[in-house]
Amino acid sequence: MIPLLVFLGIILLLVFWLIGIYNSLVRLRNQVKNAWSQIDVQLKRRYDLIPNLIETVKGYMKHEAGTLEKITMYRAQAMEADSMGEKSKAEGMLSNALGQLKIAVENYPDLKANTNFLALQEELTSTENKISFSRQNYNDQVLFYNNKIQMFPSNIVAGMFSFKQEEFFEVESKEERVAPKVSF
Amino acid sequence: MWEVARKNRRKSMILLMLMGIILVGLGFVLGGALMGPDGTIAGIVIALLLYFILLLIAFAGGKSIMLRMGNAKEVGPDEYPQLYNIVEEMRIAAGMPFMPKVYVIHDDAPNAFAAGMSPKNSVVAVTTGLLRIMNRDELQGVIAHEISHIINRDIRYMTIATIMVAAVAILSQIFLRAMFYSGGGRSRSSGKGGGQAQIIMLVVALVFAILAPILIRFLYFSLSRKREYLADASGARLTRYPEGLASALEKIGNSTIDLKSGGKANAPMYIANPFKPKGQKLRNLSSTHPPLENRIKILRAMGNGFSYANYQQAFESVTKKKKSIIPSSAIVNDQA
Repeated sequence: MIPLLVFLGIILLLVFWLIGIYNSLVRLRNQVKNAWSQIDVQLKRRYDLIPNLIETVKGYMKHEAGTLEKITMYRAQAMEADSMGEKSKAEGMLSNALGQLKIAVENYPDLKANTNFLALQEELTSTENKISFSRQNYNDQVLFYNNKIQMFPSNIVAGMFSFKQEEFFEVESKEERVAPKVSF
Repeated sequence: MWEVARKNRRKSMILLMLMGIILVGLGFVLGGALMGPDGTIAGIVIALLLYFILLLIAFAGGKSIMLRMGNAKEVGPDEYPQLYNIVEEMRIAAGMPFMPKVYVIHDDAPNAFAAGMSPKNSVVAVTTGLLRIMNRDELQGVIAHEISHIINRDIRYMTIATIMVAAVAILSQIFLRAMFYSGGGRSRSSGKGGGQAQIIMLVVALVFAILAPILIRFLYFSLSRKREYLADASGARLTRYPEGLASALEKIGNSTIDLKSGGKANAPMYIANPFKPKGQKLRNLSSTHPPLENRIKILRAMGNGFSYANYQQAFESVTKKKKSIIPSSAIVNDQA
């Protein structure tokens, strides 16, 4: 009787342990999904900000019409893109164009004195940061999740219930890879 | 990030448990001394009861005392856009589902703290003095440190610990006062064989009542300093830019203005110790915060790295101590 109880006890412990690992895998996977959707939230913010930005700087930056046009164009492309690849390409171009605009601002002292623009500038800086940080968080979550899937003993449970590794978010250009250090 | 909080729990638990043992032990000894061998259980019950009442008050009180003072004000994105933006950036980087409330305190001393028992109702507060002297990167470093306190669950730990310190202090005070006023009376009443034991018990209790508050404070400070290093490490990891926080700490250290408002119970949650203790030697053992110079040096020794492994390495090379500041499981988790 007693050996049987001990045996059952061990089985029960094992089951609880499995449930624990399974639940933490599910939690990590959900965190990855949530982190991914957070990136979209921040990208949408940037779309919303751009028309306002263009409207404010248009009058000042006569020589930058080309850059402004590009920004508008890439924004539209990014918003309408169907595939993931197209979208991330357009987003990358948009970031570059915005970066160019930031550098160009230096040549317009009037603009830099405009309080409306200064407020927008902070919003733009912050939006760019939020996009980078949401990507960073996504990659962190993927790292934790993938580590859990690969490491012993959780890899056994991951294999049993076929948890699949997630892919990291990679940025195209090298400059985009470094943490955002934007200051006008 | 949340993973670290989970892993870190065990280590802090041991320190908290030791503090708990001191509290229970004090109840045991004082009960025994005042009411004889049968009083030991009653002593423990009284000690725990006192603890839970204090804890209840702390949790029910919710908002930190600091924030209830007149010079603290909750602010939104319209009043302090940059500050609010930075808090949100760090919330996103930490993967926190809830936006903390943002408070600004009118005080010239540059400082910041976090409050709130759970991430859901957490608060990040900064002084106007801090906002005045920090650039965007530095402010980001400071906020990252405070957000780290929130996600590492430091506020809850330190509240639990603070209350243990308070409970021990109250019990010791009551006992020592009782001894002082009824000093002679007791020895007369205990006549026979029990008398000897009773006197020994009293002496033990006296020593314990004097030592326990000191001992528990050292444990408390050690816990606080550890969480402080960890918040620096997590902060560097969040911003991916340790220099921001290092430079901010340097500016805070150079400031000579003292914080006008503040309770000592909140001290561990500040970015830098608001009560600058005097005297070098004692300062290191009896401070809620590690020396600023060390914290700055460690952050700068991380070079271009930002991971927990980098911080642990930098810590060891700066302090020349092989102490584990970051739970090793968190370091492993952090690497690809």
